[in-house]
Amino acid sequence: MDIRKVKKLIELMEESDISEIEITEGEEAVRIARYRHGPEVMPTVITRQKTDQPSETSLASQSIQGHIIRAPMVGTFYRAPSPGSPAFVDVGARVKEGDTLCIIESMKMMNEIKADKSGIIEAILLDNQLTVEFDQPLFTIS
Amino acid sequence: MFQRVLIANRGEIALRITRACRELGIRTVAVYSRADAESPHLRFADEVVCISESSYLDADAMVVAAKNYDCEAIHPGYGFLAENASFAALVEAEGLAFVGPTAETISLFGDKSSARAMVQSFGLNPVPGSSGAVNELAHAKKVADDIGFPLMVKAAYGGGGSGIRVVRESAGFERAFAEAQAESIMLFSDGKMYLEKLLERARHIEVQVVGDGAGRAIQLGSRECSIQRKHQKLIEEAPAANIPADQLRTLLALSVKMAEGIQYRNAGTLEFLYQDEEFHFIEMNTRLQVEHTVTECVTGLDLVRLQFEVASSGELRLSQDDICLEGHAIECRINAEDSDFRPNPGLVSELELPGGPGVRVDSNLSRGYRIPHQYDSLVAKIVTFDTARHGAIVRMRRALDEFRMQGVASNSELHKRILDHQSFRNALIDTNFLQREII
Repeated sequence: MDIRKVKKLIELMEESDISEIEITEGEEAVRIARYRHGPEVMPTVITRQKTDQPSETSLASQSIQGHIIRAPMVGTFYRAPSPGSPAFVDVGARVKEGDTLCIIESMKMMNEIKADKSGIIEAILLDNQLTVEFDQPLFTIS
Repeated sequence: MFQRVLIANRGEIALRITRACRELGIRTVAVYSRADAESPHLRFADEVVCISESSYLDADAMVVAAKNYDCEAIHPGYGFLAENASFAALVEAEGLAFVGPTAETISLFGDKSSARAMVQSFGLNPVPGSSGAVNELAHAKKVADDIGFPLMVKAAYGGGGSGIRVVRESAGFERAFAEAQAESIMLFSDGKMYLEKLLERARHIEVQVVGDGAGRAIQLGSRECSIQRKHQKLIEEAPAANIPADQLRTLLALSVKMAEGIQYRNAGTLEFLYQDEEFHFIEMNTRLQVEHTVTECVTGLDLVRLQFEVASSGELRLSQDDICLEGHAIECRINAEDSDFRPNPGLVSELELPGGPGVRVDSNLSRGYRIPHQYDSLVAKIVTFDTARHGAIVRMRRALDEFRMQGVASNSELHKRILDHQSFRNALIDTNFLQREII
């Protein structure tokens, strides 16, 4: 789940009287509860991930195995060349060096991100249309 | 007020902006390069975004990060993209607020060779020199001979002391011009040059202004920045001392008149050289400056907060009558450099920052922090404030004695020598003081 969405939910909760909220998105769920500790209210985030999808934060990248393809720029990550068309690659796809894996859009410019090594797509590390940072891991190729 | 702002800078100024945002309830998105991944200021931001390997000059990346993280405004800090007119234009074209002047104003003063001519219509006289740009050597040499030596060759788009060469006699002109122009092309991507007569006993005096962008502006007093090395400021003070009151008053009034005349928006500084009781305009910096701190001390205002207020409301809530200068403030720029002025990045193994009454430290340092080598060497600003200049000097001497940094060299000993010098104590200084008396 996008960490920014979680932060926004916490912000919304702080501004309202809601004491507990649970949001389910796809296969992930987040429950946020406010517990009163003395005069302060501390929101607690309890995350349940129903699948084994690796986190998109760069802290988790330390545990990623294999050859990592990283974002060379900040932008929006797209798995397909246009909405509705099939993704460039899926997990298990065989790719050659130079094949386009995804697009990172920055300032309306579509930048094709290419494989720098041949192999098989082992993992796709984030969902379509999310923002990526510079150097953020995108794919692993075995 | 903005809900969310992107800070398009690093180091101590990024921390400064973050602090103002936290006090205003603005959520901060701090960008960082991989080289700055361990920057202490990042832990005070609400979100952090890695935007490059080491560059802070990618305008697109800044705007993309701002938009994707739902920011309404970008604060450019100083240096990097702060005075890049294309960046300011891009930010606003993308529907974000640029916390600073308009792209047009930045452009107007970005070319220092044309700014010189423009200010004359507001009663400000530029340093005697070329009437515009001189880009070809043959033409430049002729103009130089007309102006007379010694003179300075300066980059029209220069800053931070770069793209400048002093020429003492005609024989040295060709080489100096070529060097300055090459440096300018390398650093500023532009070879436009101009010439200024060298004023050898001048004091660097500047005026802080803030405008609402709709024709109203105020001045927040003067500063003196005469203690420089290779055209880079080392010590700054507010207000400028020992200047006849009527002359200073006129300077401040003319500065406001110009800022209002060009509908200046947000904070800016007009810089002058003062010699033989005359003020000569050098340039205007269309951004927040490093030494804004001393003005904050003597006015009691938060300039970064004021920048956000003007940018978000389009109004200046202060009138000139609201501005009251009290006391005297001094800032010493602590650079990570050795006694030969060579940059000295590395791991800060021990750090003790001064404190106590009237002492302020703006710094992104922290014990255990590794100072990256890719950026300039300014690591801390020690600012002292007291009721009068002498008290501020004594306080600064105490603060410098308390300052301790191990693992990385600093110029704190140099600052002590300057502050102990009798001429400095008597405010008998000029821009050549450091070269002449100390080094």
